[in-house]
Order: sequence, then structure tokens, then C-alpha cells
Amino acid sequence: MSMIKIKDVIYEYLRKNELGEVEETVQAVDGVTIDIEKGEIVAILGHNGSGKSTLAKHLNGILKPTKGAIYIKEMDTKDEKYLLDIRQTTGMVFQNPDNQIIGTVVEEDVAFGPENLGIPTSEIWERVEKSLEAVHMTAYREHSPNKLSGGQKQRIAIAGVVAMEPECIVLDEPTAMLDPVGRKDVLDAVMELNEKKNITIILITHNMDEVVFADKVYVMDHGKVVLKGTPREIFSNVEVMKQYGLEVPVATELAYWLKKEGIDISTNILTKEELVEQLCQLN
Amino acid sequence: MSIKLEHVTYLYGQGTVYEKYALKDINLEIKKGDFIGIAGHTGSGKSTLIQHLNGLEKATSGKITYDGQDIYAKDFDLDGLRMKVGLTFQYPEYQLFEATVFEDVCFGPKNQKLPKEEIERRAREALQLVGFPEELYEKSPFQLSGGQKRRVAIAGVLAMQPDYLILDEPAAGLDPIGRTEILEQIKKLHEEKGIAVILVSHSMEELAKYVDRMIVMNQGEKVFDDTPKKVFSHYKELEKIGLSAPAITYVMEELKQRGFPVRTDFLTIEEAKEEILKVLSRKSKEGNNA
Amino acid sequence: MLRDITIGQYYPSDSSLHRFDPRTKILGTMIFVLSLFLGKSMIAYGFATIFLVSAIKISKVPFSFIVKGLKPIFILLIFSVTINVLFTPGEPIFSWWIFTITKQGISLAFFLAIRLIYLILGSSLMTFTTTPTALTDGLERLFGFLKIIKVPVHEIAMMMAIALRFIPILTEELEKIMKAQAARGADFNRGTLKEKMQGLIPIMVPLFVSAIRRSNDLAMAMEARCYHGGDGRTKMKPLVYQKRDYIAYVILGIYLIVMIGVQIFL
Repeated sequence: MSMIKIKDVIYEYLRKNELGEVEETVQAVDGVTIDIEKGEIVAILGHNGSGKSTLAKHLNGILKPTKGAIYIKEMDTKDEKYLLDIRQTTGMVFQNPDNQIIGTVVEEDVAFGPENLGIPTSEIWERVEKSLEAVHMTAYREHSPNKLSGGQKQRIAIAGVVAMEPECIVLDEPTAMLDPVGRKDVLDAVMELNEKKNITIILITHNMDEVVFADKVYVMDHGKVVLKGTPREIFSNVEVMKQYGLEVPVATELAYWLKKEGIDISTNILTKEELVEQLCQLN
Repeated sequence: MSIKLEHVTYLYGQGTVYEKYALKDINLEIKKGDFIGIAGHTGSGKSTLIQHLNGLEKATSGKITYDGQDIYAKDFDLDGLRMKVGLTFQYPEYQLFEATVFEDVCFGPKNQKLPKEEIERRAREALQLVGFPEELYEKSPFQLSGGQKRRVAIAGVLAMQPDYLILDEPAAGLDPIGRTEILEQIKKLHEEKGIAVILVSHSMEELAKYVDRMIVMNQGEKVFDDTPKKVFSHYKELEKIGLSAPAITYVMEELKQRGFPVRTDFLTIEEAKEEILKVLSRKSKEGNNA
Repeated sequence: MLRDITIGQYYPSDSSLHRFDPRTKILGTMIFVLSLFLGKSMIAYGFATIFLVSAIKISKVPFSFIVKGLKPIFILLIFSVTINVLFTPGEPIFSWWIFTITKQGISLAFFLAIRLIYLILGSSLMTFTTTPTALTDGLERLFGFLKIIKVPVHEIAMMMAIALRFIPILTEELEKIMKAQAARGADFNRGTLKEKMQGLIPIMVPLFVSAIRRSNDLAMAMEARCYHGGDGRTKMKPLVYQKRDYIAYVILGIYLIVMIGVQIFL
């Protein structure tokens, strides 16, 4: 049984002009099929407007496909009776940390999900405790979220999802509004959740640095999946990636340029260590 | 022609329990035509610093002069200063409010009380400078894509024809194409119009690529003020204050440590490529000679 | 300007008043307000003063901080006192042109001022000692019975809680927008009233757009976290009355009886 099955999904919406007349039908997602297994880290990469965020919002039933279907552990997202189960199974973290925190105190915000699920009080306390620990934010449990940094707020948002004990977390550009330190803290927290709790991670991003650790990468463009594979496979197509408006890791790019100059080097590398290894062998 | 800060200190929340130095004894001179980058971890004081340059915040102590005139003097024209020193905040598209793109860009020059033709001429010129397509002038700014909104917001400041342009994270939240486009546009502005640019950025790659001089802030203090090359050579100190060097620097350092005889003070991939090619060809010559 | 308003703020401290159940404090405040309208004699106000002053003492909130809360109502206070002093009929003390100051007028104005001041002090003391969440929880529980007549009590409480969460965020945003427009040469203090009103457009439009964008985001985030109204919801911190709350209710009862007694027998 796949954790998530995305089958031939098409999502259309009508673009209207100022007068409210329909100008055109836009296919934000255009025939996407992806299978995600439990415990995987999957990255969906694409520039703004590629359809990646629209696809993400399908994964917990916020949007429903126009055509095709999405199954979360075999539950069809179009079936209203599964809605709460689906949302408990796949938690979601959004881009703007301020706009997803509901509580005025950190621990009360983390409790929001479990409260909605009707979890008994004593268990809510346990879950809040554990979730805050999982993102290393226990020290801030009685703080106001307003006084926290962007990275800290985003980790609170993740804790709020973890407290629902999901099997999968979808993160929709979680680091776009953060500084480098906050970015790293959030990614580390996410990786740790995958490692320690075997939570499936789906990371939506346009930042190539963040997908290096993924098991699988899907590159989206104009609503379609245009490339898929391991990060190594994906990034070795330096030219294709640039064509889709995306960057590749520095080591891969440097290797690409060197190869173009006639140096005998593979572009199938991700890290600086691998590049250095290859260059040293040239001696 | 310069903006000069002498011993500028800004005490935040004076007299409360939250009292904190947002700026501490800053000395700085920005000349017309400079292209300066400001880096610093969140809360390092860089946002407070740029708001002093156009008088939005007033220093607790110290002196700021614009072309030699004290900006805190009673008869100083502070509104005039804000026209000369344009500033856009992070996510500047959040300040758009007019019904059309064109009218929004007119807001600045309108506040300057210029004649109507001049206002429109300036707005048109500003929109052209940021490469905004003419057929969208009459669109509502709220219907545009993120990158286009950002251009309109920057044009809104350019329309006042400032001599200095301060941009707080102009590329934040944009995808790689959007980032490059906006930064190239800013570079062009600097080169063609001679506008001094002060660029605040979290991306060391961007700073390395675009700026001539780099200021690093930490806990309200100016810790570095030098060429990017010199500043990034202190990358170990930068790491201690939550910053780093461009990724390419680390590749070159790694190479050097593994006995590959390269210089490491390169900031862009092109430079690094040239250096590696040079070393490789030297080696192959040595190999042939031996 | 915006920071001066202390009404509705929470003052973190660790007093017994802070630890009371919010329902106790809400009901207590209601009883206190009611008592202000019961008593019209000096003795009654004497008791009310003792009650208020001891509550303030127990709360550990600095008196100066509480008094600051009176600032915004100062004009209203002056206005109503003047009206009452000048236009109350009765035994004249002083007369000039069309104005006559009467004994009744002075006494009415005096009690009115006391009432208004005590009302503000009493209710701000409640918000100083109760977190916004506790306050909304308390209101939701206290008025839960209104659900029977289809009043959306949970929804109103949730809206209040969200409003309280977003007030500081929007205040910050407002300041930022004002600065951004000031950087484009906007001047909010100069010009005629009409120009000043027009000057608000460049601030209010972005603020509304932002508030709408935020509320869309928030609605989506709440749904994603399985929010589906108040049905079947549990609480991390359910309200449970403690011994101190019962003691407080006894004191409140005695206070109310005394006030009624004073009113009837004196």
C-alpha cells in the first residue's frame, strides 16, 4: 500500500477578468502521477507558478482534483467522510509562519490540532511535550509566538502538526521567508522527524539546496512533472534544470562548466567532497 | 556627495525592560555611485541602520549628514531627503494600494508636488527602468505575479528619482529566475543611471556577485566594511555570527586542503573555473616536462 | 500612540488574582459593575473602593500602570462631568448667564465620574490578570447556555481569540506600511482634514489587503489542522474551579449582599 497515490491528477481553475467574466481555463496541475511510499523524503521542485503548491494543497483535501484521484492510504480525498482522517494522516506546514499559528501561547498552539481531534486532556499534554521536544522548542513553550524568530515560529508550526501524530508531513515552501539560520534549523528538524519517527516528508520548494537530502525529486513545470529521479540524477542535467529556471548545487555546476571546457569529469556529483575527489584523481 | 554617519547609536525601547542597542557607535560613509551590500543575521541591526539613512528612524545619539548638512538640524528638509534616498522594505509589494500600476508609481512624485506631465513622465521612466511591460500599466497591481509586483514597488521609489536606492532583501521569496531578473535590473540601474545602491541580503552568493563593498552587522555593531573578497576571507568569523561565505569558497578551500594548489579567494563559479583550469593546465605542462 | 492603550492588555505576573479561574474573574467584574449602579450613597462607594483597592493590591499590577488605562476615556469623563454639573436642575449654588450649577448637579457629576472610573479600573484589572485565551475560554463556558437559542458561542469565542492573536501582528504591519509610504514622501500630519483622510488610503488599502490574505491563509491552516467547529473538541487546559474560586465566590456574595443592604437600609 502506498502512503500517497497521485493518479493522473488534473486541476483546472477559471481565470476571471475584472468584470468577473471567465477569460480562460488554466490547468494548474496537468496530468500528474506520483507514488509515495511510507518513510520516504520526496521533494517537489519548480519555479513559482509551476503548479507545485497547487498539487501540495491536494494532498490533504484542501483542493480536490478536477480529473484523476488522490489516495492517502487508500482513502480517496474526494470522499468527505475521510476528510478528518486524511488531514490527521497528512499534516501540512505552510509558507508564512505568522499566518498558521492560532494560539497566543506556544504550547496552546501546538495543542490546537489534538484539541480538534478530541484527544483527552492528559494525552494532549503528553503530545505537546513530545512534539515540542521533537523540534527542540521545549524551552519556549510558555512564550508568545510573536516574540519568536521566523525559524522558531516555523518549528512551532511543525510541532503543531506533529502533535496530530501524522504519518506524513507536507511542507509548502516552509523556508521561503526565513533567513539562512532559520532555514537550516527548520530543515534539520524535518530531517530528524523523518529519521526518528519515520514520518514521510514531502517538501515543496524552489531552492535546490533543500532537495539534496531527498530520496526522490520531482521537477514540475507548467503543471507537469518534467523530471524525476534521485537528486543526483536530476542535478546532473544541468542544462535542463536551467531551462526550467532552477539552480543546481555549486559543486555540480562547477563540474558542468569544467566538463564544457574539456576536462574529463562527471557531472553526476552533488557535494564539494565528490568534486574534489574527482579533481584530485585528474592529477 | 555622500551620506555620512558619525558615532550613530540607536537605543531601542529606551527606559523599558526591553532596552537594547539596535545600533552601537556606527561610523560609515556612503558615496554617490557606490554599490554596497549589507549582511547580518536577523536582529543584527541592519534594518534599523538603513532606516537611519533616510531619516525614518532618529538616532539616539550621533550625527548623520547628507552632503555635509546635518539631517537632524531644525531647518533640514527631511521630506526632501526621503526623495533623494529611496528605500524599499522587505516584500515591498505589500505597500501597493492604487487601482492601477501606473497610478501607484505616480504616488511618490505626486507627493513631491510636481506638475502632472512631469509626474507621468517620471512614472513611465521608472517603470521602463525596472523592465515592466507597458501593456500592463493599467492593470490592478493586485493581479500581477509576485515578481512583477516587486518591480512595480521598486519603480514606485525610483519615480522620485533618488540618488541613493536602499533595498531590503529585494529578491526575498522569489524563485531563482525572479531573483536573477530583479538583481540584474538593479545592477543595470546602478551602471546606467549612476544611482548608489545599498543592498541588504541574506544571500552571500548575491552579495559576492553584485556589490563592490560589503558591510557586515552583528548585534548592532559594524564588524566588517571592506570588499567582498576581503570580508569573505574571514569566513570563519562570519560563521560565528550566523553568516557564511559563498558555497564556492568552501569548494576551493576543500580543494586546497586536499593538496590541489588553487587560490581560494574567488567568489563566483566562473572565477573558480578559470583558476582550476589554470592549475590543471600548469600541472599537465609539468607532467609533460617531467 | 497605539502603545498607550492599556485596556485589554495582559500584565504577566504571579498573583492569586492571576490564578483565579477566568469565569470567577468575569463574574466578579460583573458583580462589581452591577454594585456600582446599585449604590448611590457615600458608604456604598466606600465599600466599592475597599473592594477595588484590595483587588488591585492582590493583583500585584502596579497602580500607575492601571491608571494609564484611564487616559483614553479622559475626554469622555470631562465631557459628561461638565454636562451634569451645568445642566442638572435643583438647588442652585451659583448662576451665570444660562448656566446654573446646582448641588444635585455636583453630586450627580461626582458619582458619575466615580462610577465611570471604577468601571474602567475594574474591567481593565480583569484583562490585566487574565490571558486572552483564558478570557475567551471563560466567556465561552459562561455563556455556553446561549447555544440553546442558537447563539454561536464557540465561534464568537474563536473569533475573539484570533483577533487577539493578530492585533499585535497587524499593528506591526501598520507601522511598517506607514514607514514604507513615508519613504515615498507621504505625510500623514499635514494638510486639511480632507487631505488627512485621503492620506489614510495608502495605509488602509494595503492593511486590508494584508488582513484578507492572512485570514485566507489562516483559514486554510486551521482546516489543515482538522478544525471543524466546536463539536467534539477537547481542551488542553479545561476550566476547573479550584478551592480559591469557591472562596472568591463567597467573598463576592458577601460583597453583593452588603451593597444591597446598604442601598436598602441606609
